[in-house]
Amino acid sequence: MRNTWTICRKELGAYFASPIAYLLLTMFALIFGFFFWNALGYFVIEGMQMQLRGETIPMNLNEEVIRPLLSNVSVVGLFFIPMITMRLFAEEKRSGTIELLITSPLHDLEIILGKWLSALILYACLLLFTALNFTFLFMYGNPDWKPLAVGYLGLLLQGGFLLALGTFISTLTKNQIIAGAATFGVCLMLWVLEWSSGYDSATWALVLAYFSVISHFDAFGRGVIESKDVVFYLTGIFLGLFFTARSMESLRWRS
Amino acid sequence: MIIVKDLTKKYAGATAVDRISFSVAKGQIVGFLGPNGAGKTTTMRMLTCFLPPSAGAASVAGFDVLEQPFEVKKRIGYLPESPPIYPEMETVDYLRFVGKLKGLAGAELEKRVAYACERCSVADVKTKLLGKLSKGYRQRVGLAQAIVHNPEVLILDEPTAGLDPKQINETRDLIKSLAGDHTIILSTHILPEVEQTCEQVVIINKGKLVATDSVRNLQERARGVESVVMEIAARSGVLDPEPVLRRLERISGVGRVSVRQRAEQAAVFEVESQKGQLVRGDLARAVVESGWDLHELRAAAMSLEEIFLELTSSATPAETKDATKESQA
Repeated sequence: MRNTWTICRKELGAYFASPIAYLLLTMFALIFGFFFWNALGYFVIEGMQMQLRGETIPMNLNEEVIRPLLSNVSVVGLFFIPMITMRLFAEEKRSGTIELLITSPLHDLEIILGKWLSALILYACLLLFTALNFTFLFMYGNPDWKPLAVGYLGLLLQGGFLLALGTFISTLTKNQIIAGAATFGVCLMLWVLEWSSGYDSATWALVLAYFSVISHFDAFGRGVIESKDVVFYLTGIFLGLFFTARSMESLRWRS
Repeated sequence: MIIVKDLTKKYAGATAVDRISFSVAKGQIVGFLGPNGAGKTTTMRMLTCFLPPSAGAASVAGFDVLEQPFEVKKRIGYLPESPPIYPEMETVDYLRFVGKLKGLAGAELEKRVAYACERCSVADVKTKLLGKLSKGYRQRVGLAQAIVHNPEVLILDEPTAGLDPKQINETRDLIKSLAGDHTIILSTHILPEVEQTCEQVVIINKGKLVATDSVRNLQERARGVESVVMEIAARSGVLDPEPVLRRLERISGVGRVSVRQRAEQAAVFEVESQKGQLVRGDLARAVVESGWDLHELRAAAMSLEEIFLELTSSATPAETKDATKESQA
């Protein structure tokens, strides 16, 4: 456990000592800020029109602002995750520092968990910026905080899953660009798999849709924790890290 | 301290290390010598538990590399060919990080980091980014990293590669000063390095063990055969080296005769003879009496370099066996 934390600290140091973390945080803050501005603008205009029409149905910040924004974050996350994970192992393999880690008295799992955890923390830092925007909603309106918290839990689970996949892909190559591009491809594929259920209800289409990461986020976005979604993400995290461990082991036999 | 027995590493289709055996006693410095691609790095990687051996066994500090890699890893300090440094870290943070990985903590960690900095003279770049350090400093940080947890065994892969002559000398002195506290294996393809720093040599070539012996013994062994270099010329016309070779070989006490260089009129021969038998007079007389001119006759000094070249270029399996046997005897 201590070693996991040592590795995690070192990785966080690497993210924050280089421009990577700041670049990602800035880009994410800008993109999310734009989404937030638009969503809120739409909400305000609609509110004013309803007032003019004399309608009195109360508008719901959770349903009309927070929920679509959260699902936007979950999609934007797909694009950011490859940039977070691509260096994790590829960089160490290229520079030879992997030899230091492997010849130190550490378990593979400690190295893997440390690296994955650092990626998850950076991802959580991105999410923190969205919280900054949401704070304004709480200052000027009164949305329910519970669905929002559930949404964040969903984002973290989904992020953890994709980050574990990215970590695995990063062990396969020495080249960060290849790791990043492959992770991006896989993330995108896992997103669009959902479309297959849009026009077809055959078993294969439903099975494909089941593997879509996005479809499992819907319930979280509504503020509902469905055990099947939690199980899906947790299984994904476990499998991703498991494959990473197998891949690291095979590194020694192959290299 | 280190026992290697029939260690073998096979890659798809190729054998990188082929049944090598040697052992290293506590506190010794051993030079691991071989041309590039001989299998030095692969062997070291097996000793550090980075690569699993395909066959054979190796134990470091009493622990088997396959059975108890954890115990082995705790007891070794390893400097790979390129120092495993993170360019975005500061020297002292990096050493702390490595120290923690090796199981140090608290005051002990700080003490060892300070000691390693002091010992490898990197104290003046403590707060510099590793990426900004010169090659010489990086190498020394690499060494500091290897000794930070006070390991029993140090495994250094080409510790002087890529350094300038002054840095090479400093590094060698540093390594020499580390012996005694640590058992050291260092690999190199530079011979003077072994002559200067090591007590024992393990020579490998194309994955096979060629010789393992103390530096002194190897030099002694080389002197067992006396070598004479002769330049012989024809009095007129072209010199055919063949009859000269045959004539020289007939002299009693002469072993192998070979042509080193040849030109139109003259050729340089190398004549080996048994130690102690003075055949130089016979050689000179034979040349002159046969009607050739003798331009030069001198004893060839056999340095470690020549032994090495001889062992690695002409080693047949039979010779390899001899070399191994002799060293064991």
